[in-house]
Amino acid sequence: MVTVISRAGIWLALLLLSVLAMVAAKDTAFAVQAGTVAVATIIGLWFTISKPNYSRLARGFASEDVDSSKYYDDVIRWGVIATVFWGIAGFSAGVLIASQLAYPDLNFQPYLNFGRLRPLHTSAVIFAFGGNALLATSFYVVQRTCRARLAFPALARFVFWGYQLFIVLAATGYVLGITQAKEYAEPEWYVDIWLTVVWVSYLIVFVGTILKRSEPHIYVANWFYLSFIITVAMLHLVNNLAIPVSFLGARSISYFGGVQGALVQWWYGHNAVGFFLTAGFLGMMYYFVPKQAQRPVYSYRLSIIHFWALIFLYIWAGPHHLHYTALPDWAQTLGMVFSVMLWMPSWGGMINGLMTLNGAWDKLRTDPILRMFVMSLAFYGMSTFEGPMMAIKSVNSLSHYTNWTIGHVHSGALGWNGMVTFGAIYYLTPRLWNRERMYSLRMVNWHFWTATIGIVFYAASMWVAGITQGLMWREYGADGYLVNSFADAVAAIHPMYVLRVVGGLLYLSGAIAMVINVWKTIAGSPLRVEAPLYNVEYNAAADQPLVAVPAE
Amino acid sequence: MSAESKQPFAWHGKIERNITLLGVFALLVVLVGGIVEIAPLFWIDNTIEKVKGVRPYTPLEQAGRDIFIREGCYLCHSQMIRPFRDETERYGHYSLAAESMYDHPFQWGSERTGPDLARVGGKYSDAWHVQHLSAPRSVVPESIMPNYAFLAKNELMAGEGGTMVGELKALKLTGVPYSKEDLAKADEDLKNQANPDADNTSLLARYPKAQARDFDGNPKKLTEMDALIAYLQVLGTFVDVESAAAQEQLAKEKGR
Repeated sequence: MVTVISRAGIWLALLLLSVLAMVAAKDTAFAVQAGTVAVATIIGLWFTISKPNYSRLARGFASEDVDSSKYYDDVIRWGVIATVFWGIAGFSAGVLIASQLAYPDLNFQPYLNFGRLRPLHTSAVIFAFGGNALLATSFYVVQRTCRARLAFPALARFVFWGYQLFIVLAATGYVLGITQAKEYAEPEWYVDIWLTVVWVSYLIVFVGTILKRSEPHIYVANWFYLSFIITVAMLHLVNNLAIPVSFLGARSISYFGGVQGALVQWWYGHNAVGFFLTAGFLGMMYYFVPKQAQRPVYSYRLSIIHFWALIFLYIWAGPHHLHYTALPDWAQTLGMVFSVMLWMPSWGGMINGLMTLNGAWDKLRTDPILRMFVMSLAFYGMSTFEGPMMAIKSVNSLSHYTNWTIGHVHSGALGWNGMVTFGAIYYLTPRLWNRERMYSLRMVNWHFWTATIGIVFYAASMWVAGITQGLMWREYGADGYLVNSFADAVAAIHPMYVLRVVGGLLYLSGAIAMVINVWKTIAGSPLRVEAPLYNVEYNAAADQPLVAVPAE
Repeated sequence: MSAESKQPFAWHGKIERNITLLGVFALLVVLVGGIVEIAPLFWIDNTIEKVKGVRPYTPLEQAGRDIFIREGCYLCHSQMIRPFRDETERYGHYSLAAESMYDHPFQWGSERTGPDLARVGGKYSDAWHVQHLSAPRSVVPESIMPNYAFLAKNELMAGEGGTMVGELKALKLTGVPYSKEDLAKADEDLKNQANPDADNTSLLARYPKAQARDFDGNPKKLTEMDALIAYLQVLGTFVDVESAAAQEQLAKEKGR
């Protein structure tokens, strides 16, 4: 009872604070954000008051019995649904802004201009889709591999809902024009502080569960999740150091400026890729690939070597985003060398994942979910080869500032992060909702192929666009003058922008098939009547002895 | 014991049985790269070679920069010219570290969906900018830039509810050398710079090379368009890179 009252008190205090902030706000956008927080606190207050079983509380019992013989999976179920939801939101935003680049009339000023929607797309796919996938899978994996129930379930619920509030504040903020203009770290100071609180709680739940473990060893997936949580906290805190102009306004002044600011930003930016989108997702890979293939991880030693090498080397690679800029040469060279070295531990992870299928490769013929995991590892391998190559200064002089970079990012994000997340969702959904299997495996197969072909369209069109741009910008005629104006290069890549939209639409349509499939599975619909994925035909007519027939 | 200790990675068993060890080592390992690469930038002298002419932005230019940030312009336009023949020919002299030393945050960008803007100042007339920002395809048919016509209609509500004092103070805290007078006159400067009838001698004395005039073709109203064009017109104009003294200084520059 005391907890219910104190929790309600906290919500009420937050509600008052946010209403005060809304009234006293110095700019409209900040007032809207404070209003959003107020609505969130009202929802929180309502659930705090209405949920508990008061007759039980009055008799001195806990509101609900805790079945400690079961894992705590509520948050994970919400996380799976949130991942699917934000995935569709993020992919749709991507298709929209890709269409704006092909057809600029699709910009609707001021709120739906490309400049405001682009951070909405990147944050929705990286932090909302990817972040929810990481939250849900890490809570699932840490319980299973520790053989322990999740520590602090209430704090875990706070982490989930707090994270959703972070997403909503960030996304609505972009449309209103609130940004601190640092790529992948656009949210302003107050959202950053909120995320810090949520993230520390996440660390406490995760480490708390590991401390409760019944297994003596901490499984390799958890090493990756742990280093992801710790490093993202470090990056977030340093890169977002800022001085708020007013505590009642959205705007802040970034503490670091100029050259130093540039390197701090790309130290953050590259390791958002390295730890959020790589280390965390490798944690997913190390659990779900062996489970789906039903084979043990290929090499324990390789996982040790590539884990420590990967987290050590990744941090150094940031300066490759700043080649030939005003950043000192020594820092650029260090960044290039470490980026090339990073190729090895990256492929260590890919090899460890793919070789786990030793003796189970035949399952690829029948299991579309395993097919997704393998394709995701293949894309991981391809983008972690392409990345070091693009980090070489002479290659970078051509590729930098062009769409080649966009293509590279998407082969990693759509191929590696997307596919491994889809696989994990297909693995988790039937288990979390107690179903025999997904509603339809054929639809999983359709999803696999539309996504794969979509990525091929995307990556190929952006390669062509990027190299076209790079070559046109530096083309000299026999007369010694530049041949192309900038606008010529913009016009030249229009067809590639259109093809990219086609690729994005294919990828989105696959994801819509996933929504239907997940929906039907959760709803408990009878399994879809469909041809099995692999079946050797039986021909009864041929299954008999050959009898000689006398000639006519 | 003996069988296990002969395994090549037996020592790792200690780390993977202890979450504290694992967490502390994982943090130490990721700290190294950042410390070695980033920290020296704050004390190695030649990270930012001193160049004559670099100054803080006027309140109006800074307000324009805030609009540049708000609209996400940096997502398509870089402000960093690389030292290549084609880039210096297309955009002007390569960018110097000192030219962005008062930019919080930096706006070097990562993508050129549109052209680089590091030295766009003075290349086009104010009227061209107004037309181009309002309807880009009316002047550059191939352009894929969104329309920003609303900027000319919106009254400028700079900084926090129309005052730039707080923002300039925050900038000063990070090391941007605004004087006491700059802070005291911030809002006066903000209003006067785009007012053709105002006396701007003090502003022009404190901010060399500042341009004081009506920018958006509508002298009656101080709009977001005024601020953004004031910012664009000053980009890359602080340092006279072609002067003999500057060329001599640049020739001595090391580390590039």
